[in-house]
Amino acid sequence: MRISLTVNGKQYSHDVEPRLSLAHYLREVLNLTGTHIGCDTSSCGACTITLNGDAVKSCTLLAVQADGCEIVTIEGMANGAELHPIQESFKENHGLQCGFCTPGMVMTASDILKNNPNPTEEEIRHGLEGNFCRCTGYHNIVKSIQQAAEKINQ
Amino acid sequence: MGSYIGKSVKRREDARFLKGEGKYTDDIKLPNMTHMAFVRSPYASANVLSVDTSEAEKAEGVVAVFTAEDGCGQYGVPCGWQVNFKNGETMREPQHPLLAKDKIRHVGEPVAIVIAETQALARDAAELVAVEYEELPAVTNPKEAMKDGAPKVHDQFPDNMAFDWCIGNDRAEVEAALEKAHHVTELEFINQRLAPNAIEPRSYIADYDVNGDKWTLYTSTQNPHLIRLLMCAFVLGIPEHKVRVVSYDVGGGFGSKIYHYTEEALVTWVSREIARPVKWTADRSEAFLMDAHGRDHVVKSKMGFDKEGHIVAHLTDEYCSMGAYLSTFAPAIPTYLHGTLFQGLYKTPLIHLNVVAPFTHTVPVDAYRGAGRPEATYLIERLVSKGAKEMGMDPAEIRFKNFIEPFDGVNQPGYQTQVALQYDSGNYAPALEKALDAIGYKDFRKEQAEARKNGKLLGLGISTWIEGCGIAPSAVVGALGARAGLYEVGHVRVQPTGKVSVYTGTHSHGQGHETAFAQFVADRLGIPMDDVEIIHGDTEQVAFGMGTYGSRSLSVGGSAIVKSIEKVLEKGAKIAAHKLEASVEDLEYAGGKWTVKGTDKSISFGDVSLTAYVPHDYPQGLEPGLDFSSFYDPANFTFPFGAHLAIVEVDQDTGKVDLKRFVTCDDVGNIINPMIVDGQIHGGVVQGIGQALLEEVVFDESGQMITGSYMDYAMPRADDLPMIETHNTVTPCPHNPLGVKGAGEAGAIGSTPAVVNAVVDALWHLGVRDIQMPLTPQRVWKAMQQ
Amino acid sequence: MIPAKFDYIKVSSINEAVDLVDKHGFDAKILAGGHSLIPAMKLRLNTPSILIDISGIEGMNEIKESGDEIIVGANCTHKQIMSSDLVKNQLNILAQTAATIGDVQVRNRGTIGGSLAHSDPSADYPATVLACDAKIEVTSKNGSRTIDAEDFFQGIFTTALEDDEIITAVRFPKVKDGNYQKFYQSASRFAVVGVAVVKDGNGVKVGITGVADTPYRAKAVEKAYDGSTDAATHAVDGVDVMSDHFADSEYRAHLAKVMVKKALA
Repeated sequence: MRISLTVNGKQYSHDVEPRLSLAHYLREVLNLTGTHIGCDTSSCGACTITLNGDAVKSCTLLAVQADGCEIVTIEGMANGAELHPIQESFKENHGLQCGFCTPGMVMTASDILKNNPNPTEEEIRHGLEGNFCRCTGYHNIVKSIQQAAEKINQ
Repeated sequence: MGSYIGKSVKRREDARFLKGEGKYTDDIKLPNMTHMAFVRSPYASANVLSVDTSEAEKAEGVVAVFTAEDGCGQYGVPCGWQVNFKNGETMREPQHPLLAKDKIRHVGEPVAIVIAETQALARDAAELVAVEYEELPAVTNPKEAMKDGAPKVHDQFPDNMAFDWCIGNDRAEVEAALEKAHHVTELEFINQRLAPNAIEPRSYIADYDVNGDKWTLYTSTQNPHLIRLLMCAFVLGIPEHKVRVVSYDVGGGFGSKIYHYTEEALVTWVSREIARPVKWTADRSEAFLMDAHGRDHVVKSKMGFDKEGHIVAHLTDEYCSMGAYLSTFAPAIPTYLHGTLFQGLYKTPLIHLNVVAPFTHTVPVDAYRGAGRPEATYLIERLVSKGAKEMGMDPAEIRFKNFIEPFDGVNQPGYQTQVALQYDSGNYAPALEKALDAIGYKDFRKEQAEARKNGKLLGLGISTWIEGCGIAPSAVVGALGARAGLYEVGHVRVQPTGKVSVYTGTHSHGQGHETAFAQFVADRLGIPMDDVEIIHGDTEQVAFGMGTYGSRSLSVGGSAIVKSIEKVLEKGAKIAAHKLEASVEDLEYAGGKWTVKGTDKSISFGDVSLTAYVPHDYPQGLEPGLDFSSFYDPANFTFPFGAHLAIVEVDQDTGKVDLKRFVTCDDVGNIINPMIVDGQIHGGVVQGIGQALLEEVVFDESGQMITGSYMDYAMPRADDLPMIETHNTVTPCPHNPLGVKGAGEAGAIGSTPAVVNAVVDALWHLGVRDIQMPLTPQRVWKAMQQ
Repeated sequence: MIPAKFDYIKVSSINEAVDLVDKHGFDAKILAGGHSLIPAMKLRLNTPSILIDISGIEGMNEIKESGDEIIVGANCTHKQIMSSDLVKNQLNILAQTAATIGDVQVRNRGTIGGSLAHSDPSADYPATVLACDAKIEVTSKNGSRTIDAEDFFQGIFTTALEDDEIITAVRFPKVKDGNYQKFYQSASRFAVVGVAVVKDGNGVKVGITGVADTPYRAKAVEKAYDGSTDAATHAVDGVDVMSDHFADSEYRAHLAKVMVKKALA
């Protein structure tokens, strides 16, 4: 089936099998391997991207469902060498260790801050309930998002 | 210069991860690559009656189908540690086949593999392999496995026992002391089985080069060289020098990616059979079924105290599951990484631990963050807190009373434990004092009483911990049964321009070696960090190495690098002396240059480096080049320690535990990068909290894992947790050049008993003395009802 | 995990959808947000040969006010429902319920119609749909009908939907005084117990999910309700309480009473 979609501002068109997940489409067809797959049950959030501005789990979406949509992946967050304020805050606050959950965390953080530019610690923690991190204990991820909010609001 | 050590330098690895440009194994795509899918047993225990691959072979896109009949890895996967029976008898060691032939011993055990052009087609075809099984009874609990008539895991070992081992003082002596003790506290519980759950599932790609008769194996492992050695020498019988093992970015390990897994050997074997690259990446469901689990001890403990609260004796009996086969380090975990920590931080004069290690119809158990040491700490710290409360003593006070006196390992000797090891240095009271101050311990009891009046159940739990890490002196572990040395390799290659490439045999999968190692290398050489690059994870670049686990990277791997730096500086001094027309003795090295003492005559590191590679005006008889590799074998383990405190509130109606605060004061020796150390503590603490409150692998009667996905296996999420308040003290390690001890496992070792002690403290007045982990709302509520 | 092969058709009208359902029968599955269906297909527990994507049908993702009712299109996402001013003002219990489902990402995609059709015994909406006496609008080739909430839920993953019927909307009465209370299963974050209470003058309607294999109206509680929370003790009267490793039937029954009490307070 033919699909056309925009990923990180670029237009793509491909023939895909209906069973191809959006996560696999991004990874295997577009070679955007920053979107990771960590589970089978829509639980871990490593595959989070934004679809028409909303954070979604790309492992639980078929590529065909994204036909005509506007997608941003982790690769689309930085502006060239200049990191997005969320990415920058993750670096400054040691909000990542092995880096595997990080793309999903950053994309979810973008949704949290879009809907709530001044979140409390509790709201950030609640907003991250769909993302597992096994390395950081979330402590520095929460701090990173707190600082990102400040940076974006400046 | 000391301009980097001790600073929270931001990590250089972050940029690639934050931009989605990390290079994890599953991100690699090779030309002409095929994909592997497994046919796995749905039963825990069964006879395989027949395997029919004919339909699968005909399916779309299928390249090949293999079963055990095809002769892959006929020797099976080896075990790397031999623990003998206490009577001297040799450990029972079953073969661990790559593909099951006649018999199934745990759910998920592979029976066949399908290779196809795409991942989807491989899976489609795997469904067409018809396997006929005869289901047999299974046993999953290690204590049950030891009962007469229990289902047999391996027919040749009818009693299911891998070994029966003990450590410490004479049992009769310990028992006699317990008889005479003023008070004896007892605990019986299960230190439950955990699934490590690194968020990156294991992934392997093998690429066979027909012309060179060579392989490249890309693998998500914590120790590429060890995998190469085990796989080449023991599993496949292929020449080691023909195999390159590459482990670029790895998405967390926590122990589960130490071991040599059957799938690694299978892709390597298949790649030559079909002369094409083969990839396999685990699903989370496969990870639950196949990644080695942790813990799984059935424990019975007694601790005796005198009138004043001094511990007089400690006796523990355990059944510790090995699972269906012996994984790489499995036998060492409940023995030498567990029993050797039974001294804790206390002067306990008499200790005895007996471990019976059975096989069960479950996936193998091996090291998971802390590996044996969390289990030791959990039972000791639960016993101490419970004993104190039973005797009406303050649980902090009883700890101060029993702590080993301070010793720095230089002016005072190390502390000889009752359980084989000698602690390097320790000063335990200040860590606990600092943590108690931070949490406001003095005021807490008032607050607790106040809260109780308002129907709120508050509790505070204390745990102190010690661990033996920096694994490990080869001769010591060799004597204890390790089939490998546990030294490390550090290679410092100074380039002609004075830039430095450092090759380490350790492996970073989140620990930030690229940054922290560069910090101390730059400081030691007095050059900018930007001039130092750290390289790891490739057997063709790094000479050798034992990998990363057991909080060993900095203390062992870092020390190997320091050794090479010293050699660089020693040779550099000769070149500098020649250029400065002075004697080596008259030179001092600081700030990246050699200076003739008392003069302003100097030569920079860069100039000396260039001279080493352009040796025109050069000391006679000295080899050109500035390139040194060193093996460092530590003199001892390192023994970090600390105190962890938790405050919880228990919901009276539902039994739900709300973790309000968590305070740590850890002593991991000298600290290179405080930001990274704190991060390690945070993560470890939360894994330990996960064990205390949420995590548990559960099997049903037939051996099915009923917690085989994230829908049923609960792990900590961001909103289950408070901020982790970290503090530290510094007691340097006396026997390695950096004075460092290790921080990777610390958090997971100390936190679990702190949380459980806090919950029991909250409910003590209701008569609750112990609750089985994880402390689910159901378990806590039921404990409150009794 | 990769689903077995299937065909995919995205329809633009409900008529097109029901025609296809009629044509393919059992082999077809309706795809809305996909957050129940796709995970099941990845595990190959569900292997439809054709997916009919209804997410593009105009009008099915709207929330409207109609007299005393709020009509929620079946394709409305949980996010849309929890953040709709109309729902928050006139039917806050539904917004409250939607906000407890899954996580940010799941709420951005999952739909009310999909959740109800899937009918997981631990899903959140059923409690609220029951307590509100909502009506489920369904359409098939033979026309449309309305199913009362109480008739809709029939067992684990089983509803009153005929094989050829598609949920198009859920009609809720406006509710001033409603309350949804959930006790989370710690791994999946589904409801171990979810209780929805709607108070109306002197009476109360109580919907409970997660406790039995079918969500139910706690009639015994409603009958015993005297304005206090005492009636909560009747939460599981006559109910066969489910058991799993997170909550056996004894604890789950206790939790049901606790959560009913909270919801009544």
